[in-house]
Amino acid sequence: MIDPHESTARPAQTTDEPANGMMPPPIRRITLDSQPTVALPPSQDAVAIANTGDRSLAAAGRPKRGVAGPERMTISDLSVYYGDNQAVKHVSLPIRQGEVLALIGPSGCGKTTLLRTLNRLTEVTGSARREGLITLDGTDIDSLEVTEHRRRVSMVFQQPNPFPMSVFDNVAYALREQGSKRPKKKVLEPYVVDALQRAGLYDEVASNLDHPALRLSGGQQQRLCIARALAARPEVLLMDEPCSALDPKSTNVIEELIVELRKELAIVIVTHNLQQAYRVGDHVAFMYLGDLVEYGPTDDLFDNPKAARTRDYIGGAFG
Amino acid sequence: MSVPTRPGGAAPPLPPLPLPRSPGGGGRQGRSPKKKRVNESISTWRLTDRIGYVLMWAAGLLLCAIGIGILAYMAFKGLQYLRPQLILSSPTADVDQSSSGGFLDPLLGTILITLIGILIATPIAIFAATWIVEYGRPTWLARLIDSGIEIIAGTPDIVIALFGLVLFQQGIFGWMSFTATDGAVFGRSFLAAGAAMSLIALPMVFAATREGLQSIPLHIREASYALGKTKAATIRRVLLPSVKANISTGAALGMGRIAGDTAIIVVLLGASLTLDPEGNVPGLNVLKGTGGTLTSYVYNNSPAGEGNAPQKAYAAAFVLLLIVLALNFAVDLIARSGAKTGLETSRLGAR
Repeated sequence: MIDPHESTARPAQTTDEPANGMMPPPIRRITLDSQPTVALPPSQDAVAIANTGDRSLAAAGRPKRGVAGPERMTISDLSVYYGDNQAVKHVSLPIRQGEVLALIGPSGCGKTTLLRTLNRLTEVTGSARREGLITLDGTDIDSLEVTEHRRRVSMVFQQPNPFPMSVFDNVAYALREQGSKRPKKKVLEPYVVDALQRAGLYDEVASNLDHPALRLSGGQQQRLCIARALAARPEVLLMDEPCSALDPKSTNVIEELIVELRKELAIVIVTHNLQQAYRVGDHVAFMYLGDLVEYGPTDDLFDNPKAARTRDYIGGAFG
Repeated sequence: MSVPTRPGGAAPPLPPLPLPRSPGGGGRQGRSPKKKRVNESISTWRLTDRIGYVLMWAAGLLLCAIGIGILAYMAFKGLQYLRPQLILSSPTADVDQSSSGGFLDPLLGTILITLIGILIATPIAIFAATWIVEYGRPTWLARLIDSGIEIIAGTPDIVIALFGLVLFQQGIFGWMSFTATDGAVFGRSFLAAGAAMSLIALPMVFAATREGLQSIPLHIREASYALGKTKAATIRRVLLPSVKANISTGAALGMGRIAGDTAIIVVLLGASLTLDPEGNVPGLNVLKGTGGTLTSYVYNNSPAGEGNAPQKAYAAAFVLLLIVLALNFAVDLIARSGAKTGLETSRLGAR
C-alpha cells in the first residue's frame, strides 16, 4: 500500500503533467543525499564506446544507439530562476550531433525549463532569469538574433499545437520569411512535402493538404508539429515530452521517427517515461530538484547508476 | 487494504439522519418488475426551489413571447403597407400621403451610415484589443484604455451625438460637412455621423476581439516563437486569423447597433428626408452631405413626428427590423462556422 505521506516527498507539480496513458513516473521516496554526482566528461564516453566496439550493441534486445558526432551546443554552469525560485542549478551538459539526449526526472525538476532555455523561450516568461553560458557551435546564444537562433534550435511541445490553419499552411508558416514578401505556394510546395515526408506524415495527408490541421488525430497533429519544426531545417530539435498526450501506437511512430531523425540532427528530449528514455536516448541526464544528478550513456546509466538518487528513481521502473 | 481511521480513534457511528422520505419512492426501483428509470421528481424539492424553477420557465417563455410578439405585430402591420415602390422611390414632402414617395433614401442612408461606422470602428477596435492582450504593458495604461472603452460603451448615444456636434463644428473639421461662406461649419454630415457611430460599434468589436485573443492558449504563441517567428508575425499570421470569426461577430453586432440608432442621426446627420449631397465631387458630396436613415424616417412618420404617416412608418420599421435580424442571424452563422474551423477543438485538445 502506498503510504499517503510518502507522496509528499515528491516536489510539487508545476507545469509538467504526469504522462498520459503511459507508465507514470514511479512514486517513490528519493533520498535527498549530498552533492550532485559529477557528470562524466562526455568526450571520454564517446571514445569508450568506440573503443570497446560498442559493447551495448552486442547485448541482446538493446536498442541501437546513435553515433555521436561533433558537439553542437554546450551548456555550462546554467542556472535558471523564476523569481527567487531556482529551477535549474548549475547544470553543464553537451548536446551532440547525431544522438539523442534524454532528460529524465520527476515532475518539476527543471527538465522543461532547461529545454526551453536552449531556444531562449524562457525569455517569454517575464519572471525568468538565466545565468551561465549556452553556446551553439561555439557562439554564445545571447549574441545571436533570437528568431535566427530559434530557427536553428527548434522545438516540439508536449501538447500537439498546430495552428488553426490548413496542414500545408502550418508547415509553410515556418518557411515563409517574416514580413514583406510571401513566396508563392508553388515555390513552397516541394519544401512542405519534404518536411512532411521527413516527419513520416506525408502519405497520410498527401490528398488533403488543404484540410484544417486540427481535424487530424492527436498523433498526426504531433507529427505535423514535428514537420513544422523540421521545415526550417533546424540543427537542434528540442522535444518536450512529445508523446505524453498520445496513445501507445502514435508514441511508437514518433519514437521511430526520433531514432531516424537523429542521423541529421542533435535531439534533446524531455520525457517522464523511463522506457522511452531507454529506447530513444543515447545519453541520459537525470535531473532532480534542479540539480543534474547524473549524466552518461543510456546503457551505463540504466545498468549501473552511480548516484543513489538515480538508482532509486530508475529502480522504480527497472528494479 | 487498510482503511484510514479517524484520528479520534473508535468513535461510535452516527445514527442515520431522520430525513423525510421522498413521496416519489426512490426505493421502488429495485422491486419493480418492469425496468423503469426513476427520475428526480420536483415534488421532492423545497418550496423556494420549486418557485424558482417555475420562474425560470416563466421568464424564458415570456421573453420568447415578447420577441415573437414584436416580430409578428411588425410583420402584420409592415406587410400590410409594404409595397415594392415604397422601397424603390425617394421620399418627397407632400401633404397627400399617396404622393409622398417611399423610403429609398433612408434605406440607402442606413446602409451608408452603417458601413462608414463599422469601417472606422473595426480597425481601431482590433488594434486596441491586440495591444491590450498581446502587449498590455505598462499595466496602468492597459487599465486606462480598458476604462476608456468602458466609458465609451456606457455613454448614451445622445451624449455622443452632442459631443460629436461640438467637435465637428470646429474649423479643422470643415472638410467633413457644409461650410458657410463666413466659415461657420455645419457639423452635420454622413462623415460626422459615421465617426460618431463608430463609437457605438467600437466597444462590441473590441470586446469580441479581446475575448477571442484571450482564449487562444499560450502554447500556440510559443509554438510560433519556437519556429523563430517574431511577435509581429505571430500576431499577423496566427493570432488575428484565428479570431476572424470573433471579429466578424463583433462587427455584425456593432452594425446592428448602428442601424438601430436614432439620436446620432437626428443630431449629426440632420435626419433629412432625402440624401442632400454637399459640394460637387461625386461620391464625396454624398458623404459631406446630410441625409436620414430608416430610424429617423420611422420617427418622422410616426404620430410623434411631422409626417404623421403611420403606415409608412410601419413599413419602414419592418424593413429596419429585417435588416437588424439579418445581421443577428449572420452573427449566429459566423459563430457557428468559427466553431467548425477548429479553434474549439484545439482548446479541447489542450484540456
